[in-house]
Amino acid sequence: MLLSVENLCVDLAVLGGFKRVVRGVSFALAEGQSLGVVGESGSGKTITALAIMGLLPEGALVSGAIRFEGRDLATASEAQMQKLRGDRVAMVFQEPMSALNPLHRIGDQVAEPLRLHRGFSRARAGAEAVRLLTRVRLRDPERLARAYPFALSGGERQRAMIAMALACGPKLLIADEPTTALDVTVQAGILDLLAALGRETGLSILLVSHDLAVIARHCRRVLVMYGGAVMEEGPVEAVLGQALHPYTRALLAARPTIGAPRVRLAAIPGAYAAAAQGCAFAPRCPLALPACEREPPTVALANGHVVRCVRVTPDGRLT
Amino acid sequence: MSNLRLGIFCVGLLVLAALLSLVWTPYPPAVIDVPHKLIPPSAAHWLGADALGRDVASEILAGARVSLLVGVIAVGIGLSFGVALGLIAASVKGVVEDAIMKACDFAFAFPALLLAILLTATYGPGVVNAIAAIGVANVPVFAKLTRAAANGVLAREYALAARAAGRGPFAIAFEHVLPNIAAALIVQATIQFAIAILAEAALSYLGLGAQPPLVSWGRMLADAQAWLYVAPRLAVFPGLAVAFSVLGLNLLGDGLRDALDPKLRARR
Repeated sequence: MLLSVENLCVDLAVLGGFKRVVRGVSFALAEGQSLGVVGESGSGKTITALAIMGLLPEGALVSGAIRFEGRDLATASEAQMQKLRGDRVAMVFQEPMSALNPLHRIGDQVAEPLRLHRGFSRARAGAEAVRLLTRVRLRDPERLARAYPFALSGGERQRAMIAMALACGPKLLIADEPTTALDVTVQAGILDLLAALGRETGLSILLVSHDLAVIARHCRRVLVMYGGAVMEEGPVEAVLGQALHPYTRALLAARPTIGAPRVRLAAIPGAYAAAAQGCAFAPRCPLALPACEREPPTVALANGHVVRCVRVTPDGRLT
Repeated sequence: MSNLRLGIFCVGLLVLAALLSLVWTPYPPAVIDVPHKLIPPSAAHWLGADALGRDVASEILAGARVSLLVGVIAVGIGLSFGVALGLIAASVKGVVEDAIMKACDFAFAFPALLLAILLTATYGPGVVNAIAAIGVANVPVFAKLTRAAANGVLAREYALAARAAGRGPFAIAFEHVLPNIAAALIVQATIQFAIAILAEAALSYLGLGAQPPLVSWGRMLADAQAWLYVAPRLAVFPGLAVAFSVLGLNLLGDGLRDALDPKLRARR
């Protein structure tokens, strides 16, 4: 396994104490594979990604293990993490508009990891930047390398960000909602690019999104999160095709469908709230039982399909 | 005329006066010529002469030198230490940030004038001690501004992206934060420059700054005080010089703020 996360818990410092935002998340990502992490805002998916990068906000507490290439990133020092970041693990952010420094040329920013981790000279890094921009299928890379971020469109900037992330040939790319800020046609282009680059270089991709269609199209496996905990995990076809967890089902039911008769979307009742004890989704779950106040059992089905719900039977039925 | 142009004009005139005084003044400044004491403005003495017969026009020109020197050095001290402290506070966070900011609060609460008197009591009066006192008083101003502006930049995604690329906190502070907060610092520097000139005049007026024979506008004001009813112009001319410089620097600061902020520029 390239990356395996075991029982990851993250507590963020809040006024007057700590708040647990990731509760016992475990998953694994093999080389060349893609894993989607889906969940609504506040479900802990971004914090999980930042924990892997070691970029959590000041004062955050991490427990559990994050094993990457045989090392535990949860206990690695900041100096070790700096060596790793941008070299072995890279990250693409949600907002391409603000993820590039407005005062530096695109080429300089794209080549920054090379100068940092490979000691490239300015001239060599500049030439490499043009090659990287070509690789992310940007037209006229020579001109773009000399341009400042304001001159690029959102899609072009996100491609430049991907070029920067791939500069040193990382093994793992974490994409945190890489297309949320882009319109749908540009979005498809960026995701196809990521998939193609993944195939070309054997890159593993952790794709964080709240868009089920994006995950379905671009990931092999998917992790459904709610309230900082994993609800359901498995191959995309199984989790989205034969969803078992009440939360996954509610998510799927809340999608609009083109061509279907215009009906009210099935919203999940209640406001976002995660139970502190037991199953995080229990307060909003239509099938909740008193037993949901205890930690839900982990039900393992075929093909690595795992559901954490007391109402799912070992033979894969929701009762 | 825009604030910026007016400011550049005033400050340009100030710099010109200081430079001119290095090579030429109508009379050597600070040379006593008692027979001509208190003569009113004339063709020979454009702004008249003071109680010791010193030519006021020459002294005003020479006084610009001291004002500029004080401004440049005091702001230089404030910028170099203040920006460094502010960047450290914003980059390191935690206890270090708290300690630096608490020290700044303390420095704010400690009057600059008291510091100047303290330095004078210890090392004797002089323009160097005045500059040191004004410079030290500038440090917390820049430290606070730098930290606040730097935190704004560090919250942007490109600062996080730079960390994700493997950059260390100090490299990010210099390469990403500093260029993006430079505009705010430049504007603040011009305003502190004006305050420094004012502060030097005040300190010299109190006898804590420039000492004779060094010419300073504040010292001229102090000398003029005794003759206020006989020759009020002796106070008016250096007073006007101070007001003109401070106004010019403030206009320059305002003008730069408008010119360096793309949002304000677009609105016009």
